[in-house]
Amino acid sequence: MIAELGHYLLVLALGLALLQAILPMIGAARGDGRMMMLGQPAAYGQFFFSFLAFLALSYAYVISDFSVAVVARNSHSLKPLLYKISGVWGNHEGSLLFWVMFLALFGAMVAYFGRGLPQSLRARVLSVQAMVGVGFYLFMLLTSNPFDRLVDVPLEGNGLNPLLQDPGLVFHPPFLYLGYVGLSVVFSFAIAALIEGRVDPAWARWVRPWTLLAWIFLTTGIVLGSWWAYYELGWGGWWAWDPVENASFMPWLVATALLHSAIVVEKRDSLKSWTILLAILAFSFSLLGTFIVRSGIITSVHAFATDPERGFFILIFLALVIGGSLLLFAIRSDRLQAGGMFAPISRESSLMINNLFLSVAAAVVLYGTLHPLLSDAFFGVKSSVGAPFFNLIFGLLMIPMVVTMVFGSHLKWKRADVKGVSQRLIAITGIAFLAALMTFYITYGGGIMPVIWVGIGLWLLLSTLQELATRIKLFQRPIKDSMRRLMRQPRSSWGMSLGHLGFAIALLGIVATSSWTREAQQVMAAGEVMQIGDYSLTLKDVIPVTGPNYTAVRGIIAVTSKDGATFLAYPESRTYIASPITTTEGAVRTKLSGDLFIVIGESQGGGRWGLRAYYKPMQVWLWIGAAIIVLGGMISLSDRRYRIGSPHRKSVAERRVNVL
Amino acid sequence: MAKVGLKAGTRKRRRLYLMLTSLAIFGLAVMLVLTALEDSIRLFYDPTEIIEKGVKPGQNFRLGGLVEKGSFKSIETAGSLINHFSVTDGNATVSVLFNGLLPDLFREGQGIVAEGAMNDAGVFIASEVLAKHDENYMPKEVVDSLKKRGEWQRKPAATDVKDEGL
Repeated sequence: MIAELGHYLLVLALGLALLQAILPMIGAARGDGRMMMLGQPAAYGQFFFSFLAFLALSYAYVISDFSVAVVARNSHSLKPLLYKISGVWGNHEGSLLFWVMFLALFGAMVAYFGRGLPQSLRARVLSVQAMVGVGFYLFMLLTSNPFDRLVDVPLEGNGLNPLLQDPGLVFHPPFLYLGYVGLSVVFSFAIAALIEGRVDPAWARWVRPWTLLAWIFLTTGIVLGSWWAYYELGWGGWWAWDPVENASFMPWLVATALLHSAIVVEKRDSLKSWTILLAILAFSFSLLGTFIVRSGIITSVHAFATDPERGFFILIFLALVIGGSLLLFAIRSDRLQAGGMFAPISRESSLMINNLFLSVAAAVVLYGTLHPLLSDAFFGVKSSVGAPFFNLIFGLLMIPMVVTMVFGSHLKWKRADVKGVSQRLIAITGIAFLAALMTFYITYGGGIMPVIWVGIGLWLLLSTLQELATRIKLFQRPIKDSMRRLMRQPRSSWGMSLGHLGFAIALLGIVATSSWTREAQQVMAAGEVMQIGDYSLTLKDVIPVTGPNYTAVRGIIAVTSKDGATFLAYPESRTYIASPITTTEGAVRTKLSGDLFIVIGESQGGGRWGLRAYYKPMQVWLWIGAAIIVLGGMISLSDRRYRIGSPHRKSVAERRVNVL
Repeated sequence: MAKVGLKAGTRKRRRLYLMLTSLAIFGLAVMLVLTALEDSIRLFYDPTEIIEKGVKPGQNFRLGGLVEKGSFKSIETAGSLINHFSVTDGNATVSVLFNGLLPDLFREGQGIVAEGAMNDAGVFIASEVLAKHDENYMPKEVVDSLKKRGEWQRKPAATDVKDEGL
């Protein structure tokens, strides 16, 4: 019964979404207040019904109702409760329901918090938000109904891929969805502004927190996925430029650009059409990400199902959303009045240039991802574009970007003095250069790119600290005074400092771990020793162990490091009961200087086992840096200017109404 | 009036600067892409195509096909493993040598993709054997190749659809 109820609730939500899409838009065009007002209750109702539908599906998972097709395919009665619940979104149909529920949630949030917005703008935003929703409801109901029943009810489900049974992956998809869907709000605001024909700082003050929120989720989602790949997949890698990884990285690049250009709109009333375009592109990339994963059109470790009907639907949907909004942009963008001017050397310019680099980077990732598809479609040549392509291009393209980042954060708005800034940067430039020279000496013969990147990463780190020090007038005023200034920094500047600092730290980690990783492998019997880096590994024993839904072999390995410290490591190789898959659980020893990563392979007979070990210098810097970036984003989001009912915004909004 | 005209002029000039900067960055990127693509595109061949296209020794490419049943041998030398197996598309077969530990899901009869090059003796020396997530999963290229060679049997739909969300 619960499945039919869920299905019915979805249809109800679709009906409300249709209402919400059509009536407020007409109302806004006619200036009919009552029709515009309909947007809010429709948005609340739509969220209510989609949320109930989501609960219905979750219920079917929790009680292991295998008469529901998705539950039978993806769940198992022996699975721990956490993974039963995460199974709800761990498949195609369920993840769509999850998507559309958040889409409706964000719509309801705009309806609720948007009371200070001009009535017509809010009506149009809600309408656009609902249009996207209609597409998703139709997609679900027509091609991938999560509530489909099975005629032959199996006694036991297929189980969830054991690789996915990991806490990191319980939270990875929801965060990604929240990021993707969060960008839909920004998109709706952009489309509404195009229809209204106006963008002003008040608009940017709305768009910026939404972008920031979506960006925080997206960043967290990507990092969790990467972290999961690192710990779970047992090859010690954390990023492979797989199409699906790229699919989440492209919207991230564009959202990062958008985050920065929205600042320019808000503070300087400039770069308006560019910001609108970025908002459209960011959401388009989110949809494209969904398309790439869902259609199975590109070979990826993530895409298992190829279903032409679904692919076709998404293609049409994509064409309508992306094509339609870009067309609207082409027709209407010249209506947006150009705002504040700025000199070629100014903070605006540097933000603009970095926006360009980020967008070009996104375009390159897009090309690299689609190249195999294009070459197959047009020339019948099957090929793949590997990691070296992306690494080379990012390694080069990001150099001028980081250089601009360093200069840009020291430049003043409107017009800046490049000579003064250069003089201020001399000291830290010297330090970074010396560090690069030292790296060159230590790693002699290991290539020039890592050396350059160590220098640049450190330069950015120091520059970010120096910028903060300048702002609080450290060493220019009594230390007490500086501390007081430090505490009084607005939260959005903390966001910038932490964001850039985290980026620099992550950058250094990335350079070290991808340039100087060491790897060793050996077939070992008990008592034999393998050397890697400063560690020597002695295999003591291999024992069988039993887990809740798997059996495993566990290696007991004594590790001695050069400084004499000794510890035991326990890598496992697990075989799951529900599906005949083995997974490796690497034993990881994390230090600030680097991770030791040990994996046990298959038995080679005669008590001999294949063992692999990696030494990954500064790997943990990547995770620490990413955490600092996210923290910076959250602090910036809590800035009082964005709080509901903040007097500043309200007065602007009121002024707008008066002008109307 | 004159002042407004001047301002419009500066605006235009600045827009021109902006356009030029964008074009420069974009051009740089295109150049980079073209250079990088040359080195990092890996063409995909199945065993039949290796013979048909006359792939030269030393040329890097991706080989895909099924691991032939009963062909797998693992030879241990100096504490390290050399794996020896054959990859087939049902029409032609090629011998593969891989020095390293194979991914968890490697089995005979399973579809694989390996990266590497042919040596002078006509043996494929793999530098990497790609690991995939799922026991049901077949690399798309291998599926296409097997279809072409008439070796492909579609599995029942229930086990075919298995994915993990975005």
